[in-house]
Amino acid sequence: MEEKKLAIIATKGTLDWGYPPFILASTGAALGYETEIFFTFYGLQLLKKDLDLKVSPLGNPGMPMPMGMDKWFPTLLTALPGMEAMMTSMMKKKMASKGVASLEELRELSQEAEVRLIACQMTVDLFEMDTADFIDGVEYAGAARFFEFAGESDVCLYI
Amino acid sequence: MSEFHEELDASGLNCPLPILRAKKTLAGMESGKVLRIVATDPGSVKDFEAFSKQTGNELLDSGEEGGKFVFRIQKA
Repeated sequence: MEEKKLAIIATKGTLDWGYPPFILASTGAALGYETEIFFTFYGLQLLKKDLDLKVSPLGNPGMPMPMGMDKWFPTLLTALPGMEAMMTSMMKKKMASKGVASLEELRELSQEAEVRLIACQMTVDLFEMDTADFIDGVEYAGAARFFEFAGESDVCLYI
Repeated sequence: MSEFHEELDASGLNCPLPILRAKKTLAGMESGKVLRIVATDPGSVKDFEAFSKQTGNELLDSGEEGGKFVFRIQKA
């Protein structure tokens, strides 16, 4: 049986959107998929050693809020200082209480399962990011490198 | 539920951790040996069926015991 391939592009750098790439990559690898994630633009935040990701209620009407706040709390107030920090902290507590892995853990499990992590070199240059801030084992390359693998993939996802 | 050689307690863990832990445990087992998994995630019922189909490690049986989900998987 030839190994199937899973190619993922990760473009978002918030706590909530950081999960799908690593959940799918680690699970895909466990199911026998050869897996690569290409990180571009804000997705590069997911490669930082020190993951300081946030989740924002601002402009996110689908986000369930505690105490039914999403039903009566005026949207404008979600822009208040401190809201983001509060929602991030509540989200992290909720995840821990439900036995959801931390992003760091899922990222480690992905690397252990030989998921290849590729950082978009152009984004690194664009935002003048310091690659010393990124975890080890990351490859730096461009769009053509993505297609080399994605072109032969069985599943290809843009997240 | 009859015999098994190794056991994995995935109680309290949510998707995709039970599958990832099972995969890791199976990797350290010999072919033909049986892994018993205990989980509390209701999603794990369909997930272990799918895991078994896709990896070739046979799901011998599954069921509920004391409010928990129990699976026996034989390493291919």
